[in-house]
Amino acid sequence: MAPRIATSAADAVSGIQTGATVLIGGFGNAGQPMELIDALMDCGATDLTVVNNNAGQADAGLALLIKERRVKKVICSFPRQSDSWHFDEAYRAGEIELELVPQGNLAERIRAAGAGIGGFFTPTGYGTMLAEGKETRVIDGRGYVLETPISADFAIIKALRADTLGNLVYRKTARNFGPIMATAAKKSIVQVSEIVSAGALDPENVVTPGIFVDTLVTIGGTK
Amino acid sequence: MSEYTSTDAALTRDEMAKLVAADIPAGAFVNLGIGQPTNVSNFLTSEQGVTLHTENGMLGMGPVATGDDIDEDLINAGKIPVTELPGASYFHHADSFAMMRGGHLDVCVLGAFQVSGGGDLANWHTGAPGAIPAVGGAMDLAIGAKQTWVMMGLFTKTGESKLVEALTYPVTGLGCVSRIYTESAIFVIDASGVTVRSTHGITFEELDAKIPVDLIKA
Repeated sequence: MAPRIATSAADAVSGIQTGATVLIGGFGNAGQPMELIDALMDCGATDLTVVNNNAGQADAGLALLIKERRVKKVICSFPRQSDSWHFDEAYRAGEIELELVPQGNLAERIRAAGAGIGGFFTPTGYGTMLAEGKETRVIDGRGYVLETPISADFAIIKALRADTLGNLVYRKTARNFGPIMATAAKKSIVQVSEIVSAGALDPENVVTPGIFVDTLVTIGGTK
Repeated sequence: MSEYTSTDAALTRDEMAKLVAADIPAGAFVNLGIGQPTNVSNFLTSEQGVTLHTENGMLGMGPVATGDDIDEDLINAGKIPVTELPGASYFHHADSFAMMRGGHLDVCVLGAFQVSGGGDLANWHTGAPGAIPAVGGAMDLAIGAKQTWVMMGLFTKTGESKLVEALTYPVTGLGCVSRIYTESAIFVIDASGVTVRSTHGITFEELDAKIPVDLIKA
């Protein structure tokens, strides 16, 4: 089915309920769906589990969701940064749960969820405190750790351009987690600068096929 | 391995970066970690034809962007705006880390808190009480490339060796480091042990007395 074209960011995220697990795209500010996160802030959903590479920067986007204690748990690789003060405060107060995952394992766990893989053995993290309590196996003389998929109720991501069938293209390093997150959620909500008609994107250049996209919304439109 | 050499003065950070750059094989795919390793790119020559990987999703990364070239959608793993070189490519995170974990990168250069004589690496977490842990791509980088090299100061502020018998900081990766570049010496770690390729501002004997790991003179 073709994706729903939402009338606004608020309309796009209106289905996100309290207690949902939400994959949020972006690496730093590149690819971060800022307007959708702001709309999530306004929609009132709380007790969220958020999956992102980071745990918010400065006073915008995910950082504000954390500041307002709307996030009960964050699954990420790199929470602590020079400007992660809202996360730092919530964490030190014991008011947010952190699951720390090596970045490549985070990506592969999301990919696995989208690809229907029940788990995978990875060498990353073997012999470290992040593998404590996890099943391990030695394969061809090398140590591996069993990691499980991270699936979600929603993904909110940013792409450059979509067609009306939900096919997506991204821009430069803003692509980062978008393509895998789109596959791993029950509902993928995508903000783009422009929605073009079906056929206007070169099929050879489509990065995320429309089958993975449920809702589109146009924001801005500068690039 | 090259024959043992020595210089009277310790290496500066630029000299360390220059030596690392000179050791990178022509045509290699390379990931340079945040901090000192980033400086290596300033000493790579165009004749070397090295392709830089940044784990947030790009091969063919160019120099740091300035002025009108700054683009918020084009950043490196340190979230610094960079540029793209002709022939660059973009890819998503799972592909980027498959490149790394799958052994497709030739060299990864990282900073470190400690390295053990067996090549174990600690560089992600001090383990200090109250410290908020953050790992990023450190564990993937440590074990992913064909060769993992470290650039670090050899001694702590209180004079203790950061090349140790066994790590006291939390592990990033086991048995992964094959070279260590420091201001005082360059070490090669392989099945035969820890070999000192060169010393700088210190004699081999003085170094041997300060490092709690058996050292072989190249």
